[in-house]
Amino acid sequence: MIQNPSLPLLLQMKNIRKNFGATLALDEVDFDLKKGEVHALIGENGAGKSTLVKILSGALRADKGKMSLENVSYSPSSPLDGRRRGVSMIYQELNLAPHLTVEENIMLGKELHSWGFLRQREIREKVREALEFVHHPEISLDIPVGKLSIGARQVVEIARALMSRASVLIMDEPTSSLSQEDSDLLFQIIRRLKEQGVSIIYISHFLEEVQEIADRFTVLRDGKTVGSGEMKNVSLEELIQMMVGQKVDEMFPRIEHEVGDLLLSLDKLKGKKMHAEVNLSLHRGEVVGLAGLIGAGRTELMRTIFGLDAVVNGSVKVASVSTPIGSPWLRIRQGMGYLSEDRQGEGLALSCSLADNLTLSHFNPYSRFGFLGLKKRREAIQGWIQRMKIKARDSDQAVLSLSGGNQQKVALARLLHQEADILLLDEPTRGIDVASKSQIYEWIGQLASLGKTILFVSSYFPELLGICDRIAIFHRGRLVDIRDYSDWTAQNMMAAATTGRVV
Amino acid sequence: MIKKNIPGLQIREKTRIQHLISWLAPFLGLILVLVIFSLMPEVQDRFLRISNFKSVATQSVIVALGALGMTLIIISGGIDLSAASNIALSSVIVAFAINAGIPPVFAVLCGVLTGGFVGFVNGSLITSLRLVPFIVTLGMLGIARGIAKWTAGNQKIDAPLSWVNELMARHPSPSWLLMAPGVWLMILLAVVMAVVLRYTVFGRHVFAIGSNEATARLCGIRTNRTKIIVYSVSGLFCGLSGVMQFSRLTVGDPTVAIGLELDIIAAVVIGGGSLRGGEGSILGSMIGVFIMAFLRNGSTMMGWPNYIQEIIIGAIIIVAVGLDQLRHRRE
Repeated sequence: MIQNPSLPLLLQMKNIRKNFGATLALDEVDFDLKKGEVHALIGENGAGKSTLVKILSGALRADKGKMSLENVSYSPSSPLDGRRRGVSMIYQELNLAPHLTVEENIMLGKELHSWGFLRQREIREKVREALEFVHHPEISLDIPVGKLSIGARQVVEIARALMSRASVLIMDEPTSSLSQEDSDLLFQIIRRLKEQGVSIIYISHFLEEVQEIADRFTVLRDGKTVGSGEMKNVSLEELIQMMVGQKVDEMFPRIEHEVGDLLLSLDKLKGKKMHAEVNLSLHRGEVVGLAGLIGAGRTELMRTIFGLDAVVNGSVKVASVSTPIGSPWLRIRQGMGYLSEDRQGEGLALSCSLADNLTLSHFNPYSRFGFLGLKKRREAIQGWIQRMKIKARDSDQAVLSLSGGNQQKVALARLLHQEADILLLDEPTRGIDVASKSQIYEWIGQLASLGKTILFVSSYFPELLGICDRIAIFHRGRLVDIRDYSDWTAQNMMAAATTGRVV
Repeated sequence: MIKKNIPGLQIREKTRIQHLISWLAPFLGLILVLVIFSLMPEVQDRFLRISNFKSVATQSVIVALGALGMTLIIISGGIDLSAASNIALSSVIVAFAINAGIPPVFAVLCGVLTGGFVGFVNGSLITSLRLVPFIVTLGMLGIARGIAKWTAGNQKIDAPLSWVNELMARHPSPSWLLMAPGVWLMILLAVVMAVVLRYTVFGRHVFAIGSNEATARLCGIRTNRTKIIVYSVSGLFCGLSGVMQFSRLTVGDPTVAIGLELDIIAAVVIGGGSLRGGEGSILGSMIGVFIMAFLRNGSTMMGWPNYIQEIIIGAIIIVAVGLDQLRHRRE
């Protein structure tokens, strides 16, 4: 790869700081971008990459810090403002209107017109040029974008960014949903854009891919810049070391628990949205971690087990009883409980009360002939509020008005309240404060000591290492390996999750 | 415990007052309507008479029964545009059955069950085809109305008088009833539904589905089954409403109640029901029904033309929902 250190500086970000409530997402981050380079932005989930590029694109505003673009001060007030200055973002979740055609999408918001009437011929000419530039002249202008493959949609999105004369293109996990072929095509386009002097910020978890395409890199960890430099001067191991770092000692209370009989076994299980079959056996009193990057297929596995997604192949056996069709209704009666990763969208009925949310899966203790004993329930809920240390006014308060950590406690309390034996926990500590986190770790340990089985999805490796008995690593939909926690380190977990191979 | 030291106590008291206000808000609307007409010198004496209240109550029965079911549907996050067609169909079925010599008790049962069946079909289509309720019930609006006309041979069905016609009589016999049996039935069912929504597992499930269907599914609620029950129960209420419609007209008229579904929906919405689901109450909906009924009644007494009433009611819907939104945003 040709390196040209003398490329002029295009963009500079200095001392960028951003708080979300009490959490510091970015702490004095520096970042610079040269003209015509591909710059990889690397870091674990939650390291602050997305926040940084959102500030750059104008979707968020920094609390502190300076940005300059082509030596002119730059502080976009909105993504539109950012685009006008030549900074365009290709989103992780593609950002196109599925019912509109390729042409309409590419020109959206910048239609050429005379007195409000579209200058059709000129528009088509321009769109065709843009598609040719990205080497995809074969994409029809008149096909609705919703009918294109994901790879083709991404091409359309890039063409759209070019149409607004982007000089900085931000790509957030562009290959996470692409096939190998589509990824290769994307790399060709990236190289071509580079030749034209477009600078690209490339965010990806797939380190080998990053090494192939990027000229320089910046690594973020816990909202700080921990390393930056030429890609050719750094090895994969060094990158991983920078990402993982020497973590400050955290309190992971390992509560003694004994692993008992087999409780849940997955035999060649494959769900509607899963890419590969999974075999897994879980025992009573065991905490098993599922590690991997976002989108590695862990959530899909959980949803298949719990009956939220249809089973295509294989079986789920609970205490050696196999049931052909699973539904959440059935799974709950088999003693399972699922904590959704999407707390607000799925996990909780936000407008309903704390009491309703906590007891929704298990009204039995309070109901008689279908009637609820509200007084009895209120008393019981008081106990739960104290036991789970939920900060709430009373049991009738809508969960909408609780803090994230307290909402998560309500969601977790629901599983305990329904007396689940198998707890499927999907990112239970995401987006909650440290105090709530350590409480949740403690409860998981206690539950295991009571003989419950816990399946724990997390993208934060230290917590998995801290509380699990065994850890399985997922990479692009496949279970790479499962081992005892003592056989894993943050480094070899990261290597397995990013490359799919166990070192 | 020393109360002063509890942080957040003030907030608590404040919200309690807010709670009271939001609970009273629909009542305030009704009281306002009553006060306005009571102050009008032209209608004062006639409006405030007990006999007038009785007749408004009787007139409200048909919409109110429909609104009981509609409240359930709207809380679950759905909508039923076929309610009025269903009422017409049920009333035609009752007339048809009585005319065919079936004992009135069974004729009434036929009418109610017809309504329930239409609701069941609505619910089954919505859940099995995964169509939005708006579309399914829009289709059913036409289908039920068409079947009603077909059954009636595109004209009114005259049926011999029977006790069924007493249900909506303004002067009930025996006279100690004070109000028409239909009014008592309406009150009784409103209480039953309010209890069902607040104190039963089923009621909680309906609220949960309307608030967040994904959560409900996650918690092991059989959402499809619950929704089918919701639409079926609502259908039964339409069927009963159809019986009342027949009772009042003494004929089965397939063209009756056109557009009434919008009155029913308006009543629920004025009473605090949210079309996004998860919110609504029987008390609110009943107050909504009476706000509209008293407005019509008062306007008619004032000799205001029909179009004025329509404009006023239209404005009230917007104001009521607007105030509701404002309250929510503040929360």
